[in-house]
Amino acid sequence: MRDAEPLIETMAGQLRELLAERDITEPMLVGIHTGGVWIAERLRQLLGIAAPLGQLDISFYRDDFNRIGVNRRVRPSELPFDVDGRHLVLVDDVLNTGRTIRAALNELFDYGRPASVLLAVLVDRGGRELPIEAQVVGARLKVPVDQEVQLTGPELLQLVIQQITP
Amino acid sequence: MSATHFQLDPQGRLLHFLTIEGLTRRHLTDILDTAESLHGVAERRVKKLPTLHGKTVVNLFFEASTRTRTTFELAAKRLSADVLTLNIATSSAVKGETLLDTLRNIEAMQCDMFVVRHEQSGAAEFIARHVKPHIAVLNAGDGRHAHPTQAMLDVFTIRRHKPDFSRLQVAIVGDILHSRVARSLIHALNILGAGEIRVVGPRTLLPAQVETLGARVFYDPAQGLRDVDVVVMLRLQKERMEGALLPSEQEFFQRYGLTEERLALAKPDVLVMHPGPINRGVEIDSRVADGPRSVILEQVTNGIAVRMAIMSITLGNHARPAGETP
Repeated sequence: MRDAEPLIETMAGQLRELLAERDITEPMLVGIHTGGVWIAERLRQLLGIAAPLGQLDISFYRDDFNRIGVNRRVRPSELPFDVDGRHLVLVDDVLNTGRTIRAALNELFDYGRPASVLLAVLVDRGGRELPIEAQVVGARLKVPVDQEVQLTGPELLQLVIQQITP
Repeated sequence: MSATHFQLDPQGRLLHFLTIEGLTRRHLTDILDTAESLHGVAERRVKKLPTLHGKTVVNLFFEASTRTRTTFELAAKRLSADVLTLNIATSSAVKGETLLDTLRNIEAMQCDMFVVRHEQSGAAEFIARHVKPHIAVLNAGDGRHAHPTQAMLDVFTIRRHKPDFSRLQVAIVGDILHSRVARSLIHALNILGAGEIRVVGPRTLLPAQVETLGARVFYDPAQGLRDVDVVVMLRLQKERMEGALLPSEQEFFQRYGLTEERLALAKPDVLVMHPGPINRGVEIDSRVADGPRSVILEQVTNGIAVRMAIMSITLGNHARPAGETP
């Protein structure tokens, strides 16, 4: 168990720098359900962004429908702004294979054509199977494949690393 | 084994969608919640999800339909499936091909889902029992038996306006006897714990022992519509007139037609629903059908999201890791 707050503050620092570097004054944050939304909300507060948060549930975009079917806990995706020409910051809790981000990018582009997309993650645990990298990373952790990294919340955001139960 | 159990796998998951009867509240709320997630897709730039990309859906319509057929087609297309619609009433059935032969031929075209409408009760189940195991079958209306996707879009529409079902009073009015819509809807409302379900109509158009389905019977709309939250008007099928079940359309409208005066008996925020196609001036007055309490066109829109949900859930439950036998 590890408090996620200091990591989110690290992310906020990196993101602030990156946005300044790229001259992005009005970034729009988009969180991926569920953990990504919690983190995006914290980042929105820390960066003082007034614009509402976008939320993506990528269940219908997953590449493993033929293996596992539809997620029973799917929620509506909601982008309460026009995506066209906007600078988006996609936020997720754990970056592993990169498949979730691939799905999220595909979904984002079905809403419109953003000017740019940055990726911010709380934890990068390696394990990439696709050419996807995050520009903002709270922590890089080496986690064995038989363990999972989970974010619990939303009141108190904490990282839990545990053995995967078969 | 009945259709009820046949549509589930050993873990109780939906493999086909043939009837509402025997499903659990969780089955229904899973469909409704999934449909809720799919509802916003129609408002996006790209009204399409990649979920069923590479799947083939075949609509087998042995009986005419516009709304149901087109919303099933759109649902499949919005999930990126390839869709083929066969109006069999006008093709091979006429040439004397049997149902099984038709089935085998279409199956040979490597499809993944059949959507079946047929004038015979039990037709969809018959097809589900005879297709290859990887194919999901959805009932788009069979005889007088069931129209489960219509019932789901009806309860979805109700839930979007009135989410608490426990105190909900729903009146279903008109030709209950011949209505697969009514039967499926009564089952769905009961499973979701609706407060009270009323059926309102003339004796000749109410099935015997309709109370056993869990509905209260009213012959007089002045009583049946009092204080209800939802009125579902059923289509009066004109061919029934010839069976001497009814004196005339005019008399039916006089005694049961939904007019503004009758609607005033219901709650002020009542929802007026109709599965379509409506007979203006027979079961419903135009001022009510087009009026502020009507959600009839919303039902049509909602039908797409609900059918998308049922398609993705049933096909998803057929999904297995490569090499694993179901």
